[in-house]
Amino acid sequence: MTARISKWPGKELHADDLYQAKVTQVRFRPDAKYAWSAGEAMSRFLEELQQGRLVARTCRRCKRVLFPPRMFCEECFRPTDGWTYIRDTGTIETFSVSYLDRDARRIAQPILVGVVSLDGASPMMGMMHYFAEMTPDQIRIGMRVKAVWRPPAERRGSVLDIAYFRPLREGEA
Amino acid sequence: MIGAGMTLFRRRLQETGKELCYEAARMALDSAGLTLADVDAVVSGSAPDAFDGVHMKGEYLLDGAGGYRKPYVRVFTGGGTGVFSTIAGWWHVASGLADVVLVVNEEKMSSCQPHAQSVFAHIWDPILDRPLQPNLVWIFAMEMNRYMTVHGVKKEDIALVAVKNKRNAVDHPCAQLADPKITVEDVLKSEVMAWPVQRLDISPPSDGASAVVLASDEVIRKRRIKDRAWISGVGWCIDSTMWTDRDLYFPQYVARAAKMAYKMAKIGDPRREIDFAEPYDPFDYKELHHLEGLLLAKKGEAPKLTREGVTQRDGDLPACPSGGLMGVGNPIAATMGQKIGELFWQLTGQAGKRQIPHEVRTGVSNGWGDLMQYGSVVVMRA
Amino acid sequence: MRVGIVGVGMTAFRSSTPEYSWKELMYEAASRAYADAGVDPRTQVDSFLTCAEDYYEGFGIFDEFVPDQIGAALRPTCTVSGDGLHGLANAFMQIQTGLIDVAVVEAHSKASDITTLAGVVEHGLDPIWNKPLGGHPYIVAGLEADAYLRSTRTPARSLGAVVSKNRRNGLRNPHAAYGADVDPAQPLASEERFSPLRALDISAPADGAIVLVVASERAARRLRADPVWIRGVGWASDSPSLETRDRAAATYARLAAQMAYRLAKIRAPAREIDLAEVDDRFSYKELQHLEALGLARAGEAGRRALNGDFSIDGRLPVNASGGSLGCGNVFEATGLHRAAEVVLQLRGDAGSRQVDGANVGLAQSWRFVPSASGAVAVLGVGK
Repeated sequence: MTARISKWPGKELHADDLYQAKVTQVRFRPDAKYAWSAGEAMSRFLEELQQGRLVARTCRRCKRVLFPPRMFCEECFRPTDGWTYIRDTGTIETFSVSYLDRDARRIAQPILVGVVSLDGASPMMGMMHYFAEMTPDQIRIGMRVKAVWRPPAERRGSVLDIAYFRPLREGEA
Repeated sequence: MIGAGMTLFRRRLQETGKELCYEAARMALDSAGLTLADVDAVVSGSAPDAFDGVHMKGEYLLDGAGGYRKPYVRVFTGGGTGVFSTIAGWWHVASGLADVVLVVNEEKMSSCQPHAQSVFAHIWDPILDRPLQPNLVWIFAMEMNRYMTVHGVKKEDIALVAVKNKRNAVDHPCAQLADPKITVEDVLKSEVMAWPVQRLDISPPSDGASAVVLASDEVIRKRRIKDRAWISGVGWCIDSTMWTDRDLYFPQYVARAAKMAYKMAKIGDPRREIDFAEPYDPFDYKELHHLEGLLLAKKGEAPKLTREGVTQRDGDLPACPSGGLMGVGNPIAATMGQKIGELFWQLTGQAGKRQIPHEVRTGVSNGWGDLMQYGSVVVMRA
Repeated sequence: MRVGIVGVGMTAFRSSTPEYSWKELMYEAASRAYADAGVDPRTQVDSFLTCAEDYYEGFGIFDEFVPDQIGAALRPTCTVSGDGLHGLANAFMQIQTGLIDVAVVEAHSKASDITTLAGVVEHGLDPIWNKPLGGHPYIVAGLEADAYLRSTRTPARSLGAVVSKNRRNGLRNPHAAYGADVDPAQPLASEERFSPLRALDISAPADGAIVLVVASERAARRLRADPVWIRGVGWASDSPSLETRDRAAATYARLAAQMAYRLAKIRAPAREIDLAEVDDRFSYKELQHLEALGLARAGEAGRRALNGDFSIDGRLPVNASGGSLGCGNVFEATGLHRAAEVVLQLRGDAGSRQVDGANVGLAQSWRFVPSASGAVAVLGVGK
């Protein structure tokens, strides 16, 4: 391929070509907005968050406590059986120290984020969330953490009703 | 597979998506000695419509891809599309419904303003993940950290992959990110994006297209086509959407896809029977993750193979001889050029300066995508 | 080797389903299909195919969100960016390779989750040639309807006959969202929208999910005494360019049908097809498609519609289900819905919309504005 082909298609542009309109271009902003019905499982999940609680579903067949909650067990492919509350303490399974925000812009103060598996749910069942009250040097996989909830008046039925997870302290369950 | 083609991969190309498709398709057909009239069906592979900025972009691209008045279909399995569309092309032929199939993959990430990153805000669950305003790099960072921690892998070992692939890419005519002089130190000194991911661990967005031509053995015999490589095994698998419930240290879904492909290819001992690999490498650690997922290295062993030079082009199991996504570029679905295209070019002795110096008869490649969920695997033989 | 449909699962179509997430809708359709087929998706299904478009769903990679609710976690799964019949065609091919024995095809619409539907449809227009013109995307359908009616000299009142038939058929279909006793004169008196199309010519969006279980002959016979065979499939695309495509005739449907008829060994479709479920998202499309499919001669579909030829007890029942006009526009799930209806008809399970003695049926779909792509499936029972 390399031997037989001498010309490779593709005309490279530089950022200026686009941003200073040196090449002909059209611009368009799509009008694409959505409002997804949360459905039964997620609706209850959000209501409980507003109450300062984490709720899960149980599947009696595989005997798992499923979190985030879902109305069907994806392993057994059957409806899940019931609701059960789980703890708001858990273990950091993985994390990142991010110097990028959502739009890939650089930020000075890093965001500590990762996955926390929650006590009371089946092993490894967890959620993504922020970590705080710890430095980038302190955070580690295996750290025991606890949710810090926003004051009730500030909760809106969102995962952000938890502000972040902080290290579990001596003597805390 | 009897032909392949690809465009340059660059951060921004002037050509429209349709034109990119056309260029790659034209090259592939020319290399196979065929015209569009010979093609029975066209398969298109392209990842998020939001990059190109057109809803149902498969429809928009189809004339450039040769689909005019033909059976044409687009498949889309996130980052797995680069390898998966070839699988879809394969079943068009292996089913007997088509004798000659053109597979055209394209991505034009530069259309998306201000940055292709913004599209990745929409791949997350709206209730569980989006409110946290996640950045795409977080996915890789979390997976990389888990992999490193479970196996005790050091960043130095991971950086070796970036160095290998960007150097391999020097010999790839389409490469966007080749660097003959890059060192492990360069990678380790590069800007931290989301620890443990640093700038030189990542392949940035690209524009590009690639195409392959598939034909039945009857067509190959009748036309006495000499430059051909066989698709011996295909496999694909998706894991649960609930990624926060999974241990990310090992891509179970890649292993399942690989097992499916190896079973079809009658490969019992992949490490011995596979001569070279093009694992999907959008980040350097992914090559290691996927070498293990492809069962070419035991869990946690891939860094050792890399350190020992086993995965260099002249090693015992060359990995990413093309230069991979790290070296050539990452226009998502269009990476078929380095993943599948490279298997074809190596197996038919057409890889030029990238040709592996010893004989290779069996190669494997994987695609990877979605929320750390998707594995697509193809085994090809000379 | 023959390929058969052994399971059908459908949710009722509704104008909105606020109590369900799209996942829960898919789960219901899948559960019904697996119960119908008697299969455990976790152990007896080799491949899953879903048919979806990111912008209809509101996600950057919708493929991520499909597996759990259809039993596909850690199983071979893929997303076809196409209509349900494109998915069915690919399942058919997968099985014919011998690699896959049992495949599941899923498609759904949760259009009620889209708050800017016209904006999403508009986003499918060519960015250089068409988007800058602005205007509602259904203008494209209006232009095509105009070209079709004039070139075939089809009287506008035939559109009223199509709308009336399909809305009334919808009353017989427990799944339909928009069954109504619309008489043939009403559509012509309804408000003009995208001339010549009027309000009642346009099917309203609906939510719904469909799942089909498809199997190789060997597996099909094990699962069901009476599989419905996929005798032929075909799909094709005309030019995506509005300016250079055939506007008056649905060329994509003609080519797709040619391919399907060839596989099904059908030489005289008008005689050999007992019933048809064709895309009628806009009323004129039913007529345009019938002509492209060779089920009516060019220019005759309108007259025949007025004669009642296409009613449930007519010479060629078309859209006994109620079509999209009667059931609702379920976007990429449209073709799969039509295939499901044909399966029910051929099984004799179509309740009060049953067409008597149907042995061979055709399902056809189009990928909606602004595409010129579509697919066809010919299904049959018996030897």
